[in-house]
Amino acid sequence: MKKVFIHSAVCISAQYTFDTEEFLNDIIELSGETASAQYPNYRDYIAPSASRRMATAVKMGVSAASKALEKANLNQPDAIITGTGMGCIEDTEKFLNSIIINDEAFLTPTSFIQSTHNTIGAQIALGIKCKAYNSTYAHAALSFESALLDAQMQLQHEESNHILVGGVEELGKEIINSVRMMEDANFDGIQVPFGEGASFFVLSSEAKENAIQLVDMEVCSSASEEIIHKKLILFLERNSIIASEIDVLIGGRNGDVFDGYYDAIATLFKIAPELCYKHLSGEFYTASAFGLWTACQLLRHQNIPEDLIYKGRVKPEIKTILLYNQFKGRDHSFILLKL
Amino acid sequence: MDVAITGMGIISAIGHSMEENKASLLAAKNGIGTLKHIQTKHSELIKVGEISFSNSELTNHLQLPENHNYTRTGLLGLFAAKAALVNANITNIQEYKTGFISATTVGGMDMTELYIKQFATNPEVQKYIHTHHAGDSTQKIADALRITEFVTTISTACSSSANAIMLGARLIKSGKLDRVVVGGTDALSKFTINGFKTLMIQSDELCAPFDAHRKGLNLGEAAAYLVLESKEVVLKEKKEVLAFLSGYGNANDAFHQTASSENGEGAFLAMQKALRTAKLNPEQIDYINAHGTATPNNDLSESIALQRVFGRNIPDFSSTKAFTGHTLAAAGVVEAVFSIVSLQEQTVFPNLNFSAVIPETGLKPVTSVIKKELQHVLSNSFGFGGNCSTLIFSKA
Amino acid sequence: MTNLKLELKEKIIEQLNLEEFTVADIADDDALFGDGLGLDSIDALELIVMLDKDYGIQLTDPKEGKEIFKSIAILADYISDKRAK
Repeated sequence: MKKVFIHSAVCISAQYTFDTEEFLNDIIELSGETASAQYPNYRDYIAPSASRRMATAVKMGVSAASKALEKANLNQPDAIITGTGMGCIEDTEKFLNSIIINDEAFLTPTSFIQSTHNTIGAQIALGIKCKAYNSTYAHAALSFESALLDAQMQLQHEESNHILVGGVEELGKEIINSVRMMEDANFDGIQVPFGEGASFFVLSSEAKENAIQLVDMEVCSSASEEIIHKKLILFLERNSIIASEIDVLIGGRNGDVFDGYYDAIATLFKIAPELCYKHLSGEFYTASAFGLWTACQLLRHQNIPEDLIYKGRVKPEIKTILLYNQFKGRDHSFILLKL
Repeated sequence: MDVAITGMGIISAIGHSMEENKASLLAAKNGIGTLKHIQTKHSELIKVGEISFSNSELTNHLQLPENHNYTRTGLLGLFAAKAALVNANITNIQEYKTGFISATTVGGMDMTELYIKQFATNPEVQKYIHTHHAGDSTQKIADALRITEFVTTISTACSSSANAIMLGARLIKSGKLDRVVVGGTDALSKFTINGFKTLMIQSDELCAPFDAHRKGLNLGEAAAYLVLESKEVVLKEKKEVLAFLSGYGNANDAFHQTASSENGEGAFLAMQKALRTAKLNPEQIDYINAHGTATPNNDLSESIALQRVFGRNIPDFSSTKAFTGHTLAAAGVVEAVFSIVSLQEQTVFPNLNFSAVIPETGLKPVTSVIKKELQHVLSNSFGFGGNCSTLIFSKA
Repeated sequence: MTNLKLELKEKIIEQLNLEEFTVADIADDDALFGDGLGLDSIDALELIVMLDKDYGIQLTDPKEGKEIFKSIAILADYISDKRAK
């Protein structure tokens, strides 16, 4: 089985993460119900004739994907795999509202055709005329992880050599308000704003100098804290890693009652600091892609911005990172990275 | 290594069970008619493949509590998934490493479109706020089936469930899973009815795939699931194999968001990939269940792709969308079920409503129920965004 | 420029979100589809809706649009002829 490496990592988020080589030097403090992303200058990446139809997720996705390919010196990937939980919700809401407001009359096609979940992956392929395997996963907080798993399998079994993988989400205007309302009805709901963003990676079976290895990953649809704890032990064992070898633990804490899962696994790691990121990215189904981007930056820059630290002391060298994410007690994922 | 199919479950406009679907196919009886369950201005202007069960009938059949928040997509999916497990004789799902891969485009839209304007004010409908997303029905079905580990949802428009089947096969081949339930579900919705209306590709008559005068598609709704199992499990449990998934391929047309390229490039590449993974030559395909939506664009483009792959010797082919309507995300798996039934019955199903060949290509589909020797059946599913998928099934 | 032609140019720019174009950029006889403005089949459908909504002209076959939408001049002539609004 071939190994899997990350050749590039690009991120559009609520922070300044896209147009800079620096790593979270200038933090934007998020507050309020939602946090929009810092959008790049789309004209640098997308022709106006194409972007005129695109909503936020598609524009972010195409831009981030384009930059990820450029950074990896790759013209055509062997596969394009995207994850998005809510899909193209802006155009979905737009078309639905036009049905309601106009009582089904005088409807125009553009927002309908742009509303399918796979529009992001499709527009990326269209832009570079890539006829390769193209798939889109839309499974809540495992959307991005499903895309990553698919890529991992293809690379391990030599079905592909270089794969473009990404996680994308846009806020939309309407349903997100209802989601926020339901969340805020309880005192133990999500404490960070809902966010949006696009993170894209080029994964490859080619080893490069200083390449980050995606050693392994695992997902689990639903499980108790106890089972997750046990699973993590088995996951580490399977990859011949002992807990003390983990230099950094990155968890997807968002302040809600299910953060208990992170407490449950943190007990395994006495030495590694625990980081969290959703107060910087906002919470959304593919926020874990921001988490993976963060991990890649940590390995590259070998320094941890203070704002990421949840607890613990920073180790002098960062070589091995474990990421764990879950959402409302389900959609659990472990990702193990090594420099 | 071929992947074994050991169970199937389906609900569509031509039947609430495998047996009913099979009977309709063999009797060339279509399920296309007038829309009943959805309030829309367009009901007189379209024909649809609607499932006759209402949501409350489905709720009763599934013995769900009255205050559930399943969308119709979820109800149809659970109905079919349960049937698949029964058909596969699976009583203890957790005995083997089992995954669940579903597919949908509509997701919870059938409820969202009814209640979105009441979300802020009506507590009774707020339970549908969290059911809009594509993963909701998958999560509910996985929980109901007690599949807890690998669960995911694919959403690539009309090729979605074909891609779900493909992913399932790859997971079994790689040893990551022993067994996987794969398929998809889509309910009819005002959203998609209006959406396809704006594209002016919906017919007000029974759709006529591959016909010179085809006017467009009939939308449909359906859910279906296959149970795929590894060779080891099949041997250990002495399972009856319904058919094998011997080949698959996915490629992207990269031409336009909705229209297919003139030379059917994506379709051509997908079929080639499937033949390659199956290690079959084109001549070995005995029957093709085409995507055949009856739109001017698809049927021409797909015909040209067929000519490019098969040359002068195009196998018997037909589109079964004139039976069920175009069931969007479920189309791939519904037609997989029909392809497997074809193999089991050694019968090719007719391309209904056909009268004249497309002048540009002159290809004539099969127009009656024909018994013939079938070893390998190829099934196409092409979606918006240029997503083209092909599956090849082989006789057990 | 007649009012109708100006109106059509403004509508097309707005409806099709042609951000980088102004009314001055579209000549009356410029090809709207293909090599000219570069519009495609989806834009044609959008224009068909505009014809119905704003001018009361209904096209039932999208293929009819090919001739009618050739240029602003041709479109304006067609509308002047057939308009119900």
